Amino acid sequence: MTGTYVREFEAFAGNGGAEGPAWLPRVRRAAIDRFAAVGFPTTRDEEWRFTPVAPIAQTEFRPAGPGAVTRAALGPFLFGHAEWPRIVFVNGKFAPELSVLSTLPGGVRLDNLASALRTDGELLERHLTRHARPETTPFAALNTAFMRDGALVYVPPGIALEQPVHLLFVTSPDAGGTVAHPRNLVVVERGARASVVESYVSLADGARYFTNAVTEVVSGEDAWTEHTRIQRESERAYHVGLTHVDQARGSHYRSFTLAMGGAIARHNLHVRLNAPGIETLMYGLYLTRGEQVVDNHTAIYHDNPNCNSWEVYKGVLDDRSRAVFNGKVFVKPEGQKTDAKQTNRNLLLSSAAKVDTKPQLEIFADDVKCTHGATVGFLDPLGLFYLRSRGIPTQTARKILTYAFAAEVVDEVALAPVREELNRLLLARLGHLE
Amino acid sequence: MLDVIGLRASAGDTEILRGISLKVNPGEVHAIMGPNGSGKSTLAQVLAGHPAYEVSGGRVLFEGRDLLELEPEERAQAGVFLAFQYPVEIPGVTNAYFLRAAYNALRKARGLDEVDPMDFLDILEQKLKIVEWEPDIMSRAVNAGFSGGEKKRNEILQLAVLEPKLGILDETDSGLDIDALRIVAAGVNRLRSPERAFIVVTHYQRLLNHIVPDVVHVLVNGRIAKSGGKELALELEARGYDWVEEEAGVA
Repeated sequence: MTGTYVREFEAFAGNGGAEGPAWLPRVRRAAIDRFAAVGFPTTRDEEWRFTPVAPIAQTEFRPAGPGAVTRAALGPFLFGHAEWPRIVFVNGKFAPELSVLSTLPGGVRLDNLASALRTDGELLERHLTRHARPETTPFAALNTAFMRDGALVYVPPGIALEQPVHLLFVTSPDAGGTVAHPRNLVVVERGARASVVESYVSLADGARYFTNAVTEVVSGEDAWTEHTRIQRESERAYHVGLTHVDQARGSHYRSFTLAMGGAIARHNLHVRLNAPGIETLMYGLYLTRGEQVVDNHTAIYHDNPNCNSWEVYKGVLDDRSRAVFNGKVFVKPEGQKTDAKQTNRNLLLSSAAKVDTKPQLEIFADDVKCTHGATVGFLDPLGLFYLRSRGIPTQTARKILTYAFAAEVVDEVALAPVREELNRLLLARLGHLE
Repeated sequence: MLDVIGLRASAGDTEILRGISLKVNPGEVHAIMGPNGSGKSTLAQVLAGHPAYEVSGGRVLFEGRDLLELEPEERAQAGVFLAFQYPVEIPGVTNAYFLRAAYNALRKARGLDEVDPMDFLDILEQKLKIVEWEPDIMSRAVNAGFSGGEKKRNEILQLAVLEPKLGILDETDSGLDIDALRIVAAGVNRLRSPERAFIVVTHYQRLLNHIVPDVVHVLVNGRIAKSGGKELALELEARGYDWVEEEAGVA
């Protein structure tokens, strides 16, 4: 279907795709050329070896149209306070009537990309597509060619956002067979603090649609950013996402990624450390069942000295589902005194579930501390016996141990309301404990 | 209360219990002693339903019910409690959550209403005194990073909260210093009652100075080689196990 997208691009470029600042059409054109040249990846590509995206490549998705979603229907996806800032997109398109944009402190921008492209061309030119490059993956190229809307979060220097900002992407019940390319830009300037939650949710349970998202995060000098990504698409949908983070000197970026939706779901998280003295925390949890395939690829680029990165991804797999984890740590010769630790732990609830896990360390500096470890296993039979010997029924004992395994990583989320919401999602998925 | 009749059990191809018979009445404390490898811990674990062992013969009746037919949780619900020799660490689950889950599971099985966290805290406060513990232990993950002594105290705390009819202590004294031993033994003594029985598995006599048994059994090679009163434990302390093994014709 590579040709279909290219033809669609010509139609798109001919009517409205050309809107926005003058530099944008060139960027789009280069991106579609890139996509036309490389096409969809196959399992012959090392980066996509364990994740067959053929069902995505072979389906002719229509561009997503508007969908009707009521405020009440959003209920299950909101958290914290109702008046907390949030920007809602339905099928990839900004839904102002569902958003809460009025409660932001001075200077902070929370806007939709389509309108920001008309008003903030300069800010966007400095950042948009400069961080997540179309060459990174074919899907990123496709997103860049077709992006129309998404969220812009801008936190000026020195401003601390007290409340988390929620970017909420909803798929409407009638969106089966469509594709959306959400594009987000988060800029946290020097000395600023922000917590951003990015969720992909569905009111189209059982629908087969495709979300192809790209998010760029710019973390300024000494900035503190918490980024929580919640992927709970329909379990028949396809989700591909790329998050690229650029960090400046002294900044702290922490990410938590929850992946529990999608028939095929892939997320790439790439973090580049552009100066010394940076701290990066990457936590992830994936919960899979049925025939789901959930793939997390992370890459951290230690290009500079005296930076610390800490990564823990955990997975709970049931039924015949599959998970892929690939964690790359690149340490350049300049990256002396790097302290990098990576862990991937997987719990299989079924003997038919499968995990492909691959840590990949490429270290070109000699004075570094880099460790990695991966485990795949079943629930500890002794632990189960211990709980049962106290009168706890087997099924409950299994849930308690599974919850405990997963909750350990959720506990790392800094903001309490975000952590509580993730806990609630986890409990709902595992089946409530007694 | 407990009637063990010709119990045989094995781990893999190795038969460890080779015909054990034993009768425990309410209010009694039975000590099970014996040299290493005699099967005394296996007996304790088989009674609780440990999955590592397979029962190959005999019967166990608990208040008239066939204990061996019951799942581990059903045995607990019937009133059997095993204090583990090696309590399991469960990171990510707090002691408070775990104990309340167990407490409520037992209540539910007996057709009683579950108690909410606040009411449970009141119950807990009383029980913590039995093991001379402060409430902060409850917010720690179950046994995770606990010292050997703390783990054993935690077992006795669970016993105090869950109030079984039969408490089985599997080498609860092993790895304890003298202070921890005193606390654990005092806790058990406070929990003794005319309705509750204990089986105390131990290698050494010193625990039995604190928890004084009514009956002492000596296990040799998977069988009870000798039974007697509390003075039998003293004799074993003085003379070792060799003479019992000789009498049993195995040494």
